Amino acid sequence: MSAPTGVKELDRDRLVWMYEQMLRIREFEERVKRTFVEHPGVIRGHTHLADGAEASIVGSIATLGPEDWFFATYRCHGYPLARGTDPKAMMAEIYGRKDGLCKGIGGSMHLSDVSNGFLGTSGIVAAGIPHATGAAWAAQIRKQGQVVLCFFGDGASKQGAFSESLNIASLWKLPIVYVMENNGYNVHTRTEQEDANRAHSEDLSVKAKAFSMPGVTIDGRDPVGVYETVGAAVARARAGDGPTLVESQMYRLSAHGNIIAPPGVPLHFPEHEAIEKFGAPEEYEAALKGDPVPAFRGRLVADGTLSAEEADAIGERVRDEMQAAVSFGLDSPFPAVESALEYVYA
Amino acid sequence: MAHELPFIAAIDEAIRLEMERDDSVLYFGQNMATTENEPYVDAFGKDRVRVTPISETAEIGMAIGAALAGFRPVVELYMAEFMLVAMDQVVNEAPRFRAMSGGQVKVPLVLKAGFGFTAGWAGQHTGTIGALFMGVPGLKVVMPSTAADAKGLMATAIRDDNPVVYLHHYLLTLEHGEVPDGEYLVPFGEAAVRREGGDVTIVATGWTVDRALGAAEQLAAEGIQAEVIDPRTLAPLDTQTILESVDKTGRLVLVDQATRHASVSTVIAGEVAEHGFSSLKAPIVQVTALDATIPYSEPLEAWVMPNEDKIVTAVQQVLGSSPVAA
Repeated sequence: MSAPTGVKELDRDRLVWMYEQMLRIREFEERVKRTFVEHPGVIRGHTHLADGAEASIVGSIATLGPEDWFFATYRCHGYPLARGTDPKAMMAEIYGRKDGLCKGIGGSMHLSDVSNGFLGTSGIVAAGIPHATGAAWAAQIRKQGQVVLCFFGDGASKQGAFSESLNIASLWKLPIVYVMENNGYNVHTRTEQEDANRAHSEDLSVKAKAFSMPGVTIDGRDPVGVYETVGAAVARARAGDGPTLVESQMYRLSAHGNIIAPPGVPLHFPEHEAIEKFGAPEEYEAALKGDPVPAFRGRLVADGTLSAEEADAIGERVRDEMQAAVSFGLDSPFPAVESALEYVYA
Repeated sequence: MAHELPFIAAIDEAIRLEMERDDSVLYFGQNMATTENEPYVDAFGKDRVRVTPISETAEIGMAIGAALAGFRPVVELYMAEFMLVAMDQVVNEAPRFRAMSGGQVKVPLVLKAGFGFTAGWAGQHTGTIGALFMGVPGLKVVMPSTAADAKGLMATAIRDDNPVVYLHHYLLTLEHGEVPDGEYLVPFGEAAVRREGGDVTIVATGWTVDRALGAAEQLAAEGIQAEVIDPRTLAPLDTQTILESVDKTGRLVLVDQATRHASVSTVIAGEVAEHGFSSLKAPIVQVTALDATIPYSEPLEAWVMPNEDKIVTAVQQVLGSSPVAA
């Protein structure tokens, strides 16, 4: 299989790297979820997990060069992990601690890591799309070949911010790729209940047509396919040919987020909405069968890229790494209360 | 050296000077830069000066993204109310990113918008909504009342590393004033004492500053010396200068074109009640717009607005010489 024009071939090392990143995201999120049970009260507010999105995240992030930028949503733990952000600092942030990536002020929904090109995360659905578009304008002015990846969910595509931004990006031929992760649900609402295209059995990438830009729908559970499609879009953007909308289809394997409850009520992750709300456990079971992480392992082992022993060794290493992140987060002290006022103004 | 300019040209001068000084300053918005021979396009090129669609959320959101990526965008919004279309970006995005990133990023941008166009623009283009933004941590809010301040505050706004809501009053657009030549910066958080006096303190903002000065002249004829203070920036707000004046005069009249509970004057009243109560010899009086949607019809519009006579009456009231207070 050869990669599309402008996309670097994935060699063995890169494929193994991709698997390891997918597993790192899965194991990190597993530990975030487990923290609710094992260390009640440590994680506050609302947390959203990326399990099920690993292939799409890693396949997308793998296309970026060192100078490129990306923006994410409140479901933002996966991207920085794949980009090289320290999971210890991330877990400490999610625990609200002094050693957190954002000094304990941002929390789970607002991770950023400027040193790795992760410029910011709005927790408001679609609000980050114009931010990413503005950074793409900055990249265009700079003329240094930078590209911006803008991640958001299917739900965001019904916000004005989406339409306004894609219109300008196409109009100005900005170097940006819009990666819409369609996980089938907008919070607790199924896509066909709130999206006219889906309700008419069309892919959501048809929205690109309204802005005269290419739109493509792909299987977001296949990291190599994601890499090739997003990579081609990144190459196109870098060449000055403008933006692309990629609809990456996947299935969120956890509920939208932990339960919403007032202080004093222990938080936990409920069952997925398919089970909890729609009474469709068979839908969830089918999605589990397509889980991208074991699927990619199976594929790499089957085609001889990776032996089962090597895959097991990666698993062990990743589990140790993420367990260490939990310990680091728990051991980190709370920030000084006065730091709440430290970063209000520059 | 100084030269005379209308208010709107003074703002323009600051933007041009800053764009000449710093390549990272961008200027964009609706219905501008549509031809090659417009002065800004001619001077700075279409990378830095662009026309946008009517898309305030994208315009302001993109300014945030460009700021995160190292630029200093100035968004031409024309009407303050157009920010309401993109309230999330103004209130809940731009001022949040520095804090939420734990100080990793800064968001230097200017949202330039006219306000208070009480010249028959009716219900949706006449608001005095600056105070809606002054309580948002992370935002700065600027409201010049003279041409010189219009220039100096714009230059300071562009150089500031935070998001700044720059509000210029539409009724002041063609008011002329002496404007310092060349680079001119007015610091944020420093009120200007427009007129000194020992009997009563009047605090006014924007277009109402001249109304307060007019009232002060009327009162001077009665032997009452009013001190008139113009905060110039609502956030940061120079409460110190106001408290010092109240300490001297013991009486305070607050003038604001906003409706009372969305006004700067109510915030100042609270600060003075808390920190300057022992200086006060009479209750504070506020002269604000009446709680109404600004009407189109001219006499109705005039009736709901603050004016010189209302300010004079308020001063007489705090001095105990008004029939209202008797």
